[in-house]
Formats: sequence, structure tokens, C-alpha cells
Amino acid sequence: MIKHTTYLSRTYKLPDGHKLAAYEGVGGYKQARRVLSTMKREEVVDELKKANIRGRGGAGFPCGVKWSFMRPHPTKPAYLVINADEGEPGTFKDRTIMELNPHSVVEGCIIGCLGIGAHAAYVYVRDELHLSKARLWEAIKEARAKGYLGKRPFGVDYEVEVYVQTGGGAYICGEETALLNSLEGRRGEPRFKPPFPAQVGAFGCPTTVNNLETIAAVPTAFELGCEEFSKLSELHDTKDGGTRLFGVSGHVKTPGVFECCVGLTLRELVYDLGGGILGDGKLLGVIPGGSSCPILRPDELVNAPDEKSPLHRWHGKSVLDVPMGVDTYRALGTMLGTCCAIVLSDKADPVLAFHNLMRFYRHESCGQCTPCREGTGWIERILDKIVAGEGSLEELNLLHDVASGIMGNTICAFGEGAAMPALGFVQKFRPELEAYVKSGGKSGTGRLAP
Amino acid sequence: MAFALTPERELELADILGRYPNKMAATIPVLHLCQDQNGWVSPEVVTFVAATCDVPVAHVQGVVTFYTLFNQKPVGKHQVWVCRTLSCALRGADDVLHHCEKRLGIHVGETTKDGQVTLRTAECLAACGQAPMMQVDKDYHENLTLEQVDAILDRLKRS
Ligand SMILES: Cc1cc2nc3c(=O)[nH]c(=O)nc-3n(C[C@H](O)[C@H](O)[C@H](O)COP(=O)(O)O)c2cc1C
Ligand code: SF4
Ligand code: FES
Repeated sequence: MIKHTTYLSRTYKLPDGHKLAAYEGVGGYKQARRVLSTMKREEVVDELKKANIRGRGGAGFPCGVKWSFMRPHPTKPAYLVINADEGEPGTFKDRTIMELNPHSVVEGCIIGCLGIGAHAAYVYVRDELHLSKARLWEAIKEARAKGYLGKRPFGVDYEVEVYVQTGGGAYICGEETALLNSLEGRRGEPRFKPPFPAQVGAFGCPTTVNNLETIAAVPTAFELGCEEFSKLSELHDTKDGGTRLFGVSGHVKTPGVFECCVGLTLRELVYDLGGGILGDGKLLGVIPGGSSCPILRPDELVNAPDEKSPLHRWHGKSVLDVPMGVDTYRALGTMLGTCCAIVLSDKADPVLAFHNLMRFYRHESCGQCTPCREGTGWIERILDKIVAGEGSLEELNLLHDVASGIMGNTICAFGEGAAMPALGFVQKFRPELEAYVKSGGKSGTGRLAP
Repeated sequence: MAFALTPERELELADILGRYPNKMAATIPVLHLCQDQNGWVSPEVVTFVAATCDVPVAHVQGVVTFYTLFNQKPVGKHQVWVCRTLSCALRGADDVLHHCEKRLGIHVGETTKDGQVTLRTAECLAACGQAPMMQVDKDYHENLTLEQVDAILDRLKRS
């Protein structure tokens, strides 16, 4: 069921909503003040756990649990690092927060710093988002001038500083350990894990990396009470709480970012919020949460006869009617990812869509691991041939084998992020791919735009 | 000639260096600061950044070659990046790109003869809901029609 909310987006429609006055006018900074003045670190973490905020950056890890991994170090400081690299194709939600509600990020960082025992937060923003960076800096300056940041925020003896750091144009820097290397002034190559950032993160110190929307949701959770915040979600019982930003782009009439309670379905996102399919097209497929999530086709039905399955309630129904949650989508064999869907109508050639994405992954592989570096290149070259009408049926099987060979054999999750959508296309668009090969590339529409 | 920052940028440099526990972390922001002034990362800029951030020249070179936004050779006065990733492609990014090529008389990756405009492609720029889009220098232009593209390119050729 669609339940619109305006917590994360509370200042989006206000005049000068990005300014401190507007944010304080709707209750901003009250929670940071309260938390800093009255709560201990452990209390903050215990409370936040009840909010069931699943990481909004893609992996869906519970935020409160992540904070609880931070242990005070005898000699080293701790850092909070906010991931605003927003590079996952199809994803454009964090940008709206930075441009239209940047103070929620600063307030989230103040609470976050106390929660993990840090005194400094770095917000890593991809360089291209110049307005986002400017708005964040402006918010930081305003907050500092008011005494909400610095040595004694709100008069409390707990120093908090927030800085904006810029990237240099590399998708891989969204991966948290690549981001840490980039923050340190290095090439953005992912690190081996373990050690995890909570042990060895930024500058060799314990670090928590949170997505920007994740941290921006924290003040709201404390305002409502974390359990109440969680209960806004249809999936509260399965620990997927609160409200979040849903994005939709591609072949829909009204693309955009919408704040709703968790529990929205893909059908609602596409047909209600997205206004339905563009022109006179029919829905061909949806990539639910950024390009790394395997595509769903509208004729797929949920097959979960087992009562213990998280999908049992929707057994026999269309996949479009399953609430969009971290665990529900994993059970469907795809991922919720960043919760920003890309919609393809039947005017789009699915083979060209597949090709477009695999070109992206080949371009963005950092090249450290052979299966990823060579595999993404190989997949792209096979698709080059297929698109040119020179592919063979054996090569369709080869696509599957190469993608499978990447899975589980790489340093970072980019490998899976490239291989899973490839396997999704190969499996779910097998008839279209075969027709393409057999017709010498003439069976498709030959276009992506309608 | 050795590279030096303008006085205003010197002030910004001091601000940047104050943000981190070590100087190396300033490498990327300082490279941006220098490129903003110089247009590209020349060997002199590399030397300057290495000295400023207290890292070897090879380290700076490694960074410059890793990130797509650092220009390793001179570029036009203005830069146009057309996003070509899926959400934009579904909304006509190919048409926008071909239109730019025709209108500017150059291919992707090239600079117009008068040195005014360099045309490039970009991967998803986080504006997917406002596709098709392109970035011109530091500004986003979204929900583009070909007429709007014409107007933007005309302006760039003159300014
Ligand atoms: C290739 C790759 C790209 C990623 N890009 C982003 C990104 O742009 N933004 C983001 O928040 N997380 C991104 N992530 C996920 C981060 O590694 C990390 O899980 C996340 O920032 C943690 O924050 P969260 O728990 O609040 O979601 C990416 C992961 C991978 C493997
Ligand atoms: S999986 Fe790919 S992107 Fe990740 S470290 Fe290996 S080569 Fe780099
Ligand atoms: S695909 Fe072009 S901005 Fe995202």
C-alpha cells in the first residue's frame, strides 16, 4: 500500500528549504541536541537498532548493528564516513537530500558521531555533484556558526566536525573500501576484507561507512522514537523498518524520487508513483534497485509454497505485488539495492539494454582481479558481436559461463554486481537473445528510446 | 614554469589541508583545485601537488590516471559530458550525443577547432529521473530536448 511520508523530504518543497532556518522551522536539530545532551553512546546504539534502518546504499545491512561493531580503540580515533558517491546506474536519490535537505545529513552525522564514538565525519560526494557539495558545505557552515558543530556542539563537551570530501569520477569509489582509499588520497581500489572498516578503516582507524540516506534518516528515527519509526513499515516484523526514498526512471510517465513507507510494491512504484508506462508501450521488465540488481519480468509469479519462506504470503502472486524489502527481494532472486528502479517498456530492445549495462561494468572495473577485469571485457565483447548480428548460440552459453566465473572470485562485490544482472538477462531474456542471434540482430527494435 | 595557485586558491588550499589527519588525503581535492585553475593536470601541476601533499610524484600520477575527471592533456574551454548509461539511453541519450557530434562537427573525445568545446560521454550522473541529461562544466542540464541542446551549444561556442 502506498503511504506517502515527508520526513526525509520535509524541506523539499519549502522556500530555501536547504537553509538552517527552514530546517529548524520543521523541528530540525532538536534530536541532535537531545541525544548529545542526554544519551550515552550505548543508549544511542541500542535505540537505533530498534529503528531497523536497513542500509540504503545497496547491501541493506542494519544500521544500528553496524554501529555496534565499533569498539573504542586505546590510541586511535574513530571516523564516520558518509557514502554519497551515488554512482549506481539508475540511482538519483541521495542527491535530492543533499540539494534539498542537507541539514538532515549534518544532524545525522552529529548523532552518528556520538553513536560510534567519533569526533569527525567525512561526507564523500562524487565530484560531479557540485550543487550537492555546495549545499552541504553551506549547511556545515550554518550549523557551525550556530554552535551545533565544533568543540562543544549545543554546549556539550563532545567535539564533532563534519567535512565534505570530493571524488574524482570512478564508480568503484562507491564500494566502501575503495571509498576509504580515495578519501585517503589514493587510487580508489577496493581493499581485501577482513579487516573490515570497523577495525581498520579511514587512516587506519576504526570507521563506520554509512550511505547518505541512511544517516539522513537517523534524526527522524529519534524524533518519532526508533520503534515507532520502524513500525511505519509494512515489513517491520521482519526488521526492515521506516520510510525511504523510492526512485523510478526510464520508460515511465512521471519519473522521480518519492518518499514512502517501506512496503511499497513495484507495481505501485511503476504505475502509481511513476504514472505508468510511457506512450503506448507495455511493461517489459524492471531493474528494481540500481543496475546491479537482476531484472524482474512482469509475468513472473512468486513460487514460495514453503510456509517458512519470507515470500509465502505472496505465493502465486505477481512479483510486482511483493513489498519492496531487503529480504523479500533477496528471496525473489534479485536485490532491493538502492531502491531506484529502471523501467523498460516493450519499445526498448532488451539486448541493447543488456549491452549498455555490460559496457558500463567493463568501463568501471578497477582491474585488480582477473575474473572481474577480463570477465567484464569478455562479456562486453560477446555482446558487441551479438548486437552486430554476428553472435552464435554457443556464445549465449559462454555469457552464462563467464558471468558465473566472476561470482565469488573477486576482492569486492563489484564482481557480483556485474555478474548477477548479466545472469539475469541471460536467463530471463533467453528467447529474445536467441532470436537476435538467429536473425542476425534484426529481431529487436534496435533502439532503447521509444 | 613552476605551477602556482592564485591568492584566493591559496586560501582554499590552507582550508583543505586543515581537514585531514595527514596531507596525503588532500591529494584529490588539491588536484581539483589546480585543474580548476589550469584546465588540466600538467606535469608542473603534478610536481606542485606532490610537494603540497607530501607524496611522491609517482603517487600523484597514479591518482591522476585512476580517476576519469582529471584531464591528462589540455581540453577545450568548456566541457560537455553526455550521460549514456541506461536510464538516459532509454530516454534518448544516443540522439542527444549524435546531435552534439553533428552540431559541433567533432566526435566524442575531441575538441572543436576553435578550442571552445570538448565533447565526452559520462556514466550515470545521478540524474536518471531527469533523463536525458548532460553536464556542461559544473552545471547539469536535464530533461533535454534537441532544441535545448542547440541553445546550450550555441551559447558555449560564443562564451
Ligand atoms: C561496486 C559498488 C558500488 C557501490 N556504490 C555505492 C554508492 O554509490 N553509494 C553507497 O552508499 N553505497 C555504495 N555501495 C555500497 C557500499 O559498499 C556500502 O555497503 C554502503 O555505503 C554502506 O552504507 P549503508 O550500510 O548505509 O548502506 C557500493 C558497493 C559496491 C560493491
Ligand atoms: S571485483 Fe572488480 S572492481 Fe572489485 S576489486 Fe576486483 S577488479 Fe576491482
Ligand atoms: S543514467 Fe544518466 S544520469 Fe543516471
